[in-house]
Amino acid sequence: MLYREAGDFKTSYASDNQTFPIRFDRVAYWVVMAFAFLVLPMIMGDYWANSVVVPFLIYVIAALGLNILIGYTGLLSLGTAAFMAVGAYATFKLTTSFPGMPIYIVFLLSGLITSAVGVLFGLPSLKIKGFYLAVATLAAQFFLIWLFTRVGWFFNYSTTGQISMPERSMFGVLITGASASSTAVYFTCLIFVVGMAWLARNLTRGTVGRSWMAIRDMDIAAEIIGVNPLIAKLSAFAVSSFFVGVAGALTFAVYLGAAEAGEAFGINKSFLVLFMVIIGGLGSILGSFLGAAFLVVLPVILKLLLVDTLGWPADLARHLEVMIIGALIIIVLIAEPHGIAALWRTIKDKLRLWPFPH
Amino acid sequence: MLDTQQDGYLTADGRQIGPVVLELKNITLRFGGVEAIKDISFDIRTGEVRAIIGPNGAGKSSMMNVISGFYNPQEGDVIYKGYKRAKMAPYQVARTGIARTFQNIALFEGMSVLDNIMTGRMNLMKTGFLKQALWWGPAAREEDEHRAAVERIIDFLEIQHIRKTPVSRLPYGLKKRVELARALAAEPQILLLDEPMAGMNVEEKEDMSRFILDVNDEFGTTIVLIEHDMGVVMDLSDRVVVMDYGKKIGDGTPDEVRGNQAVIDAYLGVTHD
Repeated sequence: MLYREAGDFKTSYASDNQTFPIRFDRVAYWVVMAFAFLVLPMIMGDYWANSVVVPFLIYVIAALGLNILIGYTGLLSLGTAAFMAVGAYATFKLTTSFPGMPIYIVFLLSGLITSAVGVLFGLPSLKIKGFYLAVATLAAQFFLIWLFTRVGWFFNYSTTGQISMPERSMFGVLITGASASSTAVYFTCLIFVVGMAWLARNLTRGTVGRSWMAIRDMDIAAEIIGVNPLIAKLSAFAVSSFFVGVAGALTFAVYLGAAEAGEAFGINKSFLVLFMVIIGGLGSILGSFLGAAFLVVLPVILKLLLVDTLGWPADLARHLEVMIIGALIIIVLIAEPHGIAALWRTIKDKLRLWPFPH
Repeated sequence: MLDTQQDGYLTADGRQIGPVVLELKNITLRFGGVEAIKDISFDIRTGEVRAIIGPNGAGKSSMMNVISGFYNPQEGDVIYKGYKRAKMAPYQVARTGIARTFQNIALFEGMSVLDNIMTGRMNLMKTGFLKQALWWGPAAREEDEHRAAVERIIDFLEIQHIRKTPVSRLPYGLKKRVELARALAAEPQILLLDEPMAGMNVEEKEDMSRFILDVNDEFGTTIVLIEHDMGVVMDLSDRVVVMDYGKKIGDGTPDEVRGNQAVIDAYLGVTHD
């Protein structure tokens, strides 16, 4: 009835391989999509759009990217924020150098530029793994941020050292700049999230994804089977950086509007995205959504609860919020080390058989 | 292509064995000062079940690693299908039609049985990166075609019931079978099996023996087998190479090897003088 696969016979491999094999999930997916595209923009105010939903969507893209690298390919990276900065600065340089270029194309090109930089910094992964690779990517974090704050060409020699996004429109609607409507910004982010989640799903379900996971699970066996480790690892870096680069471009162009590399893309942000991926679930697309939701939406809900509903002083609430989030992270990781997505999988397994235990 | 060795032979059970497909010539493999393999030569013929046996540390697995390109011998040549093989990375060897299983199971633990076997077909799947990213016609179609091929292997090895199970949840015997399935999925000409029956009970060994013979019979796959269970080796194989301390001490049909004094000495132990 509700959550059942019995009686739902698959008659082709395509239908057996589909993303949501259970009908309940398929319906739920379309309901969520309809809600996101039709209902949410109507009921959501500017505050919710700008400070909750938009950052959530952007972090989903970054988390998807990092998940491809860590969760699917098993390559640990601490340079996420630096790659976001590459996307942001690429967007800035492209919009200021080619004012006529459509802004969505700019975002995609920024992703591709980040991709190239990511492959460059991914080269050490051919020789080293684990913590050592993490340290090597840490070098990317510090080097790139240093580059963007010291070399004037990147911020067009502005006296503040900041980059700020000029106004740009797409399909006649203003997307970036201070006077862009929150609805336009929301739809831009939503389109990118849906498109990129779809790309991530396609890549991870086919040969490319299997070669990544093979490298993650046992690189020697993968090589014996015919996976070229060079191509598998560098393609993971390329795809991951593409996602992270687009996330950085959106962070700068539609969310912040103006940014300074060290402040907006510091190592804290690298860790934040890493936590999203770990808490959400490594090697899971849904996990990237859940992880981003956990770390972006939860603080806002706590703040609403403590400050607006209970009337506590804002600074006290702020400290409590950090403590509660920290405790929740530990609780989630102890209860389900494989992240919230694994918790959801367990629930689904139980639901399938409910009300019977076996 | 093959020069003087067009001939084959007829096995005891009446199967026709073809010409030499892979020849190892004077292979010497060293790790620092240790000589793991000392000047060994033997050949493998199309369609035969070729066993490599020997006591622990004899260099059998090293030999298999040489064939699968994992180690490059310091001396000697690997002649495959009539041509001397250049130094290759393991993934390149895999693309020439040589697949293998491992002594310690080397499955992808985080993936389902189906995904593991599909990974085995890696080299047969051709759609490019972009088409896959967009899951465009050819990519989806290719996935389905290869899924059908994988399903045939799943049926063949009788593992339908665990198709979608994550490998990490399987018992040992089934893991070994999945590993065989993954190697078979590549449709290899030569299948290297490194102790496919280690740690199995009698029933599982019987099943595995049956699968190995069926693979050889139905797909015509040449099989190179390392195994410690002498009963199994003698029953399954057409010709046997015996190694001891990195040297070849015997080569021939199971009966010839059984009667070889050097082999008996190596297994039962004699005082060396």
